[in-house]
Amino acid sequence: MNLLEMYDYRKTKGRIFDIQRFSVHDGPGIRTIFFLKGCFLRCRWCCNPESQSHEPEQMVTQGKVKTIGRDATVEELMEIAEKDRIYYRRSGGGVTLSGGECLYQSKFSAALLRACKEDGINTAIETTGFSEFENIVPVLEHLDLCLMDIKHISSEKHKRFTGVPNELIKENAAKIAKTVKELIIRVPVIPTFNDTPEEIADIAFFASGLAGVKELHLLPYHRLGYDKYIGLGREYSMGNAELLTREKIETLKAAAERSGLEIKIGG
Amino acid sequence: MAKYYNKEIPKSPRIDLLKKSLFASKPRIEADRAVLLTESYKSTEDLPIIERRSKAFAHILHNLPITIRENELVVGANTIMPRSCQTFPEYSFKWLEDEFDTISQRAADPFEISEETKSKLLDAYSYWEGKTTSELASSYMCDEAALAIEHNIFTVGNYYYNGVGHVTVDYGKVLRIGYSGIRAEAREALSKLCVCDAEYSSKAAFQRAVIECCDAVIFYANRYAELAEKMAAECTVEERKAELLTIARNCRNVPENGAKSFYEACQSFWFVQLLIQTESSGHSISPGRFDQYMYPYYKADIDSGKITREFAQELIDCLWIKLNDLSKVRDAASAAGFAGYSMFQNLICGGQTPDGRDATNDLSFMCISASLHTNLPQPSLSMRVWNGTPHDLLVWAAKLTRTGIGLPAYYNDEVIIPALVSRGLTMQDARDYNIIGCVEPQKSGKTDGWHDAAFFNMCRPLELVFTNGYENGKLISIETGDISNMKTFDEFFDAYKKQMKYFIALMVNADNAVDMAHAERAPLPFLSSMLDDCIGRGKSAQEGGAVYNFTGPQGFGVANVADSLYTIKKLVFEQKKFTLSELKAALDANFGKASSSASDEELTGITVGIVKTLIEGGAELSEAQIAEIYNTVKAASGTKGSSQYQDILNQINELDKFGNDLDEVDALAREAAYSYTRPLEKYTNPRGGRYHAGLYPVSANVPLGAQTGATPDGRLAFTPVADGVSPSAGKDVSGPTASANSVSKLDHGIASNGTLFNMKFHPSALEGDSGIESFVALIRGYFDRKGMHVQFNVVSRETLLDAQKHPENYQGLVVRVAGYSALFTTLSKSLQDDIINRTQQCGF
Repeated sequence: MNLLEMYDYRKTKGRIFDIQRFSVHDGPGIRTIFFLKGCFLRCRWCCNPESQSHEPEQMVTQGKVKTIGRDATVEELMEIAEKDRIYYRRSGGGVTLSGGECLYQSKFSAALLRACKEDGINTAIETTGFSEFENIVPVLEHLDLCLMDIKHISSEKHKRFTGVPNELIKENAAKIAKTVKELIIRVPVIPTFNDTPEEIADIAFFASGLAGVKELHLLPYHRLGYDKYIGLGREYSMGNAELLTREKIETLKAAAERSGLEIKIGG
Repeated sequence: MAKYYNKEIPKSPRIDLLKKSLFASKPRIEADRAVLLTESYKSTEDLPIIERRSKAFAHILHNLPITIRENELVVGANTIMPRSCQTFPEYSFKWLEDEFDTISQRAADPFEISEETKSKLLDAYSYWEGKTTSELASSYMCDEAALAIEHNIFTVGNYYYNGVGHVTVDYGKVLRIGYSGIRAEAREALSKLCVCDAEYSSKAAFQRAVIECCDAVIFYANRYAELAEKMAAECTVEERKAELLTIARNCRNVPENGAKSFYEACQSFWFVQLLIQTESSGHSISPGRFDQYMYPYYKADIDSGKITREFAQELIDCLWIKLNDLSKVRDAASAAGFAGYSMFQNLICGGQTPDGRDATNDLSFMCISASLHTNLPQPSLSMRVWNGTPHDLLVWAAKLTRTGIGLPAYYNDEVIIPALVSRGLTMQDARDYNIIGCVEPQKSGKTDGWHDAAFFNMCRPLELVFTNGYENGKLISIETGDISNMKTFDEFFDAYKKQMKYFIALMVNADNAVDMAHAERAPLPFLSSMLDDCIGRGKSAQEGGAVYNFTGPQGFGVANVADSLYTIKKLVFEQKKFTLSELKAALDANFGKASSSASDEELTGITVGIVKTLIEGGAELSEAQIAEIYNTVKAASGTKGSSQYQDILNQINELDKFGNDLDEVDALAREAAYSYTRPLEKYTNPRGGRYHAGLYPVSANVPLGAQTGATPDGRLAFTPVADGVSPSAGKDVSGPTASANSVSKLDHGIASNGTLFNMKFHPSALEGDSGIESFVALIRGYFDRKGMHVQFNVVSRETLLDAQKHPENYQGLVVRVAGYSALFTTLSKSLQDDIINRTQQCGF
């Protein structure tokens, strides 16, 4: 690595649509989350529909039109990450890249994670894992924790609800498991999609077969994205899907526990 | 192996029974103390004031009706009915007379009062005309200060109408040597006095007064012993009979002598706590470091097997109930400021020992458990936090926070100790600090701190910069120049600083006047007997007998002033979006918004402001035109105002605000706070002590905000001003760490009388072990950054419902649903309903 590169990589630009400080459920401790814009999937339940397209777009929130999506350099984002360093230290927290999909901008993500690590900040990503593996490698290099979704075992059903099949995802999961320091599998639990004990158990058993994976998180469906669909002038494709009851979530948890993994509800 | 016991101890069924009877009846006013006080005063007019006080105290303790409540283990009450109060006409009484017929119906803190009580009180009060501390204080005050009070710049109402309180006596000393021991000290001091000493008369009178108070307290405890014995004789339930006999034995020994057991120590503690609040009406009588001075008795009894942990916990829980039994009647305006019958008996756990080691012990945990068990507002529980505070103690405290009770408050040793040292405390004394009332640090048993000495509304001098010191056509301040001639931001800020300095000086005048009045008319020999070095110096605390003397008046509205200055800096002088005169017109018109609470008087005020601006701008107005303006103003309080004002308001609202971790505006907040804290430092009080600032509002930011017009930060007229050092409600929208970082950029060390930072949380944010861990880390992080105090308002379902109605006040409120966080007010109604229903299901 030459000096020029050392200097330059912090000038790398990427596109984000939100920053959330004091996030306490996307990785350990108190974290700053950078939400990157652009995703390969089009999940029907997506709670961040404004994250899907890489292109900046207009969204109405609280009666005002806002432009979603702005470009920022690694350097600029590090200034924001730096503000909460003391809270990371006190809580074992750090920075998480979410989205959208951070692998959609993998060069930028890798640069941002590298800057974090060089500055002594713990790193995590939330990812669908849907990308060529060679694209993922540079990201994994600077990563402490990978939070990866396995949404369904059936590729056909996966495609129907997310727009893409799942073979690549499952393949990558095995590779990531072997490479990364820590991998936690997350499952958004979505009514009509994967909310039966059998489907959840299938995912859990797959996850338990991944090298080093000990934990699986069930993330119950919520409707917090609803307003955003309206604000973007898009249809909310989940319709009036019912929220999961506590009892149902407990049943699913019990089904997943048979895999031997530690199951947590929520992040 | 832990050095302390940190596990849950179950609640005794007795506690719920005690709690139930506590709330079985409405609080009422009782007449006895006022009647007895007056009787005594009438017969002692030939004596020095200090002995008149001790004789009155003795007369009250000999004759005040006493009662032992059902199921009590620790006894002593100064009213027959629970949560009731006596009155203290030596401080003031007219306001109560005026409220006789309305006090049971008023919104804030109502009290029942019987016709018989009214007539007894009227009879007693007839003696007090011209003899009260408040009347004397008025005569000492300069005219300018009185005018400033009249115009709501500041208020000294707290001590003007009531006793001073705000003290932590040396409880440990009473536990160790009892009042017989204190009496012996006074006797010795008296015997050593030389009759030819120039101060013999005053010193001898003081020592005699102390001796008389000690005798009276011992007599009073023995009355309880007799009552307990009598009740035991009549009691047919064996278990209760045995309890009553133990109570009697306790009261025979304490507080006369040193406590021989933890149980006796609890009883002795309670007599101290109760009787300080019978001698005077001052509130914030703070038990302080209860876990430290009670510990030797607890440890001895546990080690010897004399008591179980369960019984020790039950006794502490009983004391917590007793602390909620005390009440105080305040005038309607003060009651609104201190809403909730608050007594501010601050009790603090943890921290360091005087020699700098961690002070955590079993009792630190048990005090938190007692608040979990009783779930009542008293004591105002506080936690001292330093770098060596054990993690499990904070986790325990966080569990109490999670209940939504608003307790405990957290204090940072790493800021407070050096701040106190900078005010002249020794390092040992500073390390042994506790908190008085809301947030005020001091060293127990040695300090007359006069915390809470005034409320100073930092927004009002800002208004007076715009009017060049005039209000309703009258000069009430100094002239700091016509705003239309101000060419730079610094010129404006300098004018503000001048207005501040002028009123701070007047507030000092007013506080010192009240201080003098208390020394002359209501010195407190009983209280002084437990404060070093009153016996040594032979004078009461009110006359300067304490080792440390301070006056700590508090300023509030830092965030409003900071954001206002930022508006002026950016929009007026840098970007030139509008002129100061245009801004003034917008403020006078309340940005053209409805001001639902505006009275006729306030409408007139607004009208006068507009008229004055127009005339200054060269307009000639007829009376008819002025009437028309008035009507427009009045109409504006029901309808939408002009778009020009709306435009100004929009630009202001879009500007960065304090509380979002943005350096430029935060730096201005630091400067704004200095405009209050720095000028105050140079003043001294009549007790030989110094002034130092606090930055906290109690709940006065609401009523005093109602006396403040619109401000350049976009705050509408008559709405609350910002609370403590917290950002303005709803203006911190970047999350809790950003808000905490902004607040930590103020200089907390200079505000050695305390700062107050309120954070709002939804219980969901503290869910589970990880929620608690993050919460503790947030406190640690804020304290690493030299924040001084933080407390958490964990919001309830009711609050969420209110947030739906008034989203503008809750813009920073974070809710968490199933692993996802969102700003509550940004969600649609239907989603908000989801969350509200969900919290209900979770039982919050």
